[in-house]
Parts: sequence; C-alpha cells; structure tokens
Amino acid sequence: MKNPIGALNKIFDSRIRLGVMSILIVNDSISFNELKQMLELTDGNLASHLNTLEQAEYLKVQKSFIGKKTNTTYILTDLGRQAFKTHLDALEKMIKSL
Amino acid sequence: MSNKEEQLNALNDIKKMMDRSSRFISLSGLSGVFAGFTALVGAYLAHLEIANSVNGTYEYGFTEDDLEANLIKIGLGVLVVALIGGFLLTLRQTRIKKLPFWDRTSKNLLINLAIPLFAGGLFIIGLLLAHPGTYGLIAPSCLLFYGLALINASKYTYTDIRFLGFCEVVLGLVAMFNIGYGLYFWAFGFGVLHIFYGLLMYFKYERTK
Repeated sequence: MKNPIGALNKIFDSRIRLGVMSILIVNDSISFNELKQMLELTDGNLASHLNTLEQAEYLKVQKSFIGKKTNTTYILTDLGRQAFKTHLDALEKMIKSL
Repeated sequence: MSNKEEQLNALNDIKKMMDRSSRFISLSGLSGVFAGFTALVGAYLAHLEIANSVNGTYEYGFTEDDLEANLIKIGLGVLVVALIGGFLLTLRQTRIKKLPFWDRTSKNLLINLAIPLFAGGLFIIGLLLAHPGTYGLIAPSCLLFYGLALINASKYTYTDIRFLGFCEVVLGLVAMFNIGYGLYFWAFGFGVLHIFYGLLMYFKYERTK
C-alpha cells in the first residue's frame, strides 16, 4: 500500500506557506502588504517564506510602482495550484484513513 | 504533523485563510435589522404622505409633483440613515473581530454591490424623469435591482446574503404584477426581510462568538 504521507508536500509543512497558498488560491493577485496583514507576520519572516515558494516556482512575483513606492504582488503559477490541490487531496485521504 | 488533529487543524487554517482573504466577514446582522426598521418607518411616513394627498388634507395648490418630491425626500432620508447605521454597526463588528474595515474584501463587496445598484438607480431616475405615469414600476424595480445586487455581492461575504437576494428578486417580480401595492411590497422587502435576515445573521455569526 502506498504511504499517504508520501503525497504530502514538504514545502507545505510550514503553516505560513500553507496560509500564503490558501490566500492565493482564492485571490487572483495579492500584494506583500495584504499578505502581511492577513497572516500577521513581520516583513522578514514573510519574505523568507515567499522566497521558498518562489524558488519552488509555485508563485510568480510582479513588481510595479505606485507613485514612487514599489508594489510587489504575487500570483499563483499553474504548478503551485496543482501542488496545493495534490496536497489537499493527500490531507483528506490521511484524515479519512486514520 | 502526523496525527489526525494536526491535519484537521491544518485544513481549518486553510479554510479560514481562504474565507478571510476573499470574504468580508464582519458585516453586522444588526445593520440589517437597523436598515429594516428605518425602511418600515420610511414606508409609514410615505403611506401618511400619500393618504394625506389623496384625502386632500393638504391646502390647495399641493400637486402631484409636490407629493413626488416629498416621497423622494423620504426615500433619500431612509437611504442615508440606513447607510450610516449600517456603516457604524459594521465598523463596530470589525473592532470586535479585530479585522481591518477597509481591505480588499470590503472593497470587493462594495464594488460588486454597487454595479447593479448603480444601474438600477439610473433606471429609476429614468422612469421618474422620462416616463411620467410609471410610478408603479419604481418599487418593483428597487426590489429587483437590489436583489440582483445582493446576489452579485454574496460571493464576497456571508452566503446567506444570496438567499436574501433571491427573496428580493422574487418579491420584485411579484410586485410587478401587483402595481398599486408597491409600498407594501417595498416595506416587506426592505423592512421585514432585512429585519428577519439581520436577526438570522446576528444569531448565527455574532452572538455565539
């Protein structure tokens, strides 16, 4: 029998990264500040988690300017959407089997 | 991350973040109750106004235009009072929940509510200005456009709003075939239904927490 834990994505072990993915899955694009506010995190903490997700190519970063301030927004990639869905399915299976 | 409770917690977290980031969950049920009572008072005042004008209580020279102006004043008064009340009660609710009042969820809610309402508002102004004698259509149009606005906005807040929207649309359509009883339909849709749904949401989301 296949071990269901194997289907769980290591990247989503972190609650914060799971939170970021949950927010992005229901919002087309979202800014760094909005993420910070919703997850109640510090800049550095959030940035490092976003970096991990970006390296995995689960999200895309878009930089633009609002006046002189930079505005960084994030959108989910197809790969990220797929990975999150697989992770959720695995979670569901695990809960059912326990 | 190995036992069932951990995984359930993770799923709950996911659900909470999805909801919190896409739905405005601080809409106060009490604002619905308040708006409902305001609408009932407004409907009563309008009723008196119409009765007075029909009975000829007003002095000579009171025309149908004066009645129309008075009814519009009552209508706008109800709108302003209900909006201020709803705003303050919802602001209070965001404080209790410690959530931001003005964020993407409240923006989404307002924009999606405003689109059908704006179209409806222009439609009704059009009825008043360009089509004399169509007063009977005003109450049904109010209900219909308001219902569609609620259905449209329900994706961005509690789903209960969607059913309230359906009720308003059905009521508007029924009112369309009962021209002359517009005020009663209006009072029921904006008064009674608001109070009912407001209480329902209050007991469902606010009192238990």
